Amino acid sequence: MTILSAFDIGLVVLILGIGASTIAAREAFTAVIGFVVYGLLLSIAWVRLSAVDVALTEAAIGGGMTGMLILGAVARLRLAKGTDTRASLPVRFAAGGLCALVAAGLAIAILSPPEAIPTLAPMVMENLAQSGLGNPVAGVLFVYRALDTLLEKVVLILALLGVWSLAPDSVWGGIPGLRVYAQPSSTLTFLAQLLPPVGIVVAIYMCWVGAKEPGGAFQGGTVLAAMWLLVMIAGLKNVPSISQPWLRLLLVVGPVIFLAIGLAGMVLANAFLDYPSGYAKPLIIAVEVALTLSIGVALGLLAAGPPERVQQQ
Amino acid sequence: MNLAFDIFTVSVVSAGAFFFLAGTVGLLRFPDSLTRLHALTKVDNLGLGLVVVGLLPQANGLFGALKLVSIWLLVQLSGAIVTQLIAGAVRQRGSDG
Repeated sequence: MTILSAFDIGLVVLILGIGASTIAAREAFTAVIGFVVYGLLLSIAWVRLSAVDVALTEAAIGGGMTGMLILGAVARLRLAKGTDTRASLPVRFAAGGLCALVAAGLAIAILSPPEAIPTLAPMVMENLAQSGLGNPVAGVLFVYRALDTLLEKVVLILALLGVWSLAPDSVWGGIPGLRVYAQPSSTLTFLAQLLPPVGIVVAIYMCWVGAKEPGGAFQGGTVLAAMWLLVMIAGLKNVPSISQPWLRLLLVVGPVIFLAIGLAGMVLANAFLDYPSGYAKPLIIAVEVALTLSIGVALGLLAAGPPERVQQQ
Repeated sequence: MNLAFDIFTVSVVSAGAFFFLAGTVGLLRFPDSLTRLHALTKVDNLGLGLVVVGLLPQANGLFGALKLVSIWLLVQLSGAIVTQLIAGAVRQRGSDG
């Protein structure tokens, strides 16, 4: 017990320290590395809170994917050298003030909890068996809060549209400007040949096991996206242009199937996003599989960035 | 028997932790990128390897043990290749950073 609490205290100190050093870092690159380490430490903290689902998502999205996106932004800023990238003093003060305000609000909310913390957890556990799922997190995501989950996936596509909108008109529908590693037959090529089969199996496993144990569409989709990016960066597969019909189909297949099952619920069950009794689990698995594909493609394309050149015929 | 397993775990994981410590000291103290990479790979190889070997007796059945070993193998693979890539970049640019 004492060893564990010492570990927890050490972890919290480390998280605070890394957070502070990320804010204090003078160089953008250093700050991003600090942010990635922060994400990984945070996922250990989630494991200590027995929230393994959140820990997996934090490590994959918070540390890995977001880290890669910001790293891409830093590289872009470096290319645009000469222009002063530093915001003016009032803007920095405003940003700092707003961040401090959010932090203070969160601190007040967390440090002064109500006497009895309201929780729906016992009700979830009581009724979980009806859905046929074993993982309460998947139960909350796909049964009780299905609308939130659906909107979350739609937001991902909106974010991608936002990135694509940065492209000038002339290259709309073109190929994303992912920086490809130039050297053929390097060690990276070897990794890109060896790792994807393993990664795809891991992704399928994560998606499948999500119904029973920690895992799910977001975690599996992130692994898929990472494998796809690896193959593209190593130059083994070309980056597809964003106007490809198959690409757009994969992007929307998850939300569309989710929405279709939700609408069917209005006829076959009692409400929108309600599952007909007895069919909950197979339907949820179908949605998870489709969502895994869509999330994988969406995250991969987010990391690949806005289109930069048009397809040569 | 259980006690013997526990003693094995504690001593081998401690040995692994020692390599993590040594690798971290090396990362902080070594003068340039290539020697720092050398220190880091020792942590991947031996540090994590010893931790995994130490945890094997505590693993949840054969599949748990296999999962632990495959984690080590995957870290080995990615560690070795990332080290190669960073070292290649250092050699190309001749940077010391």
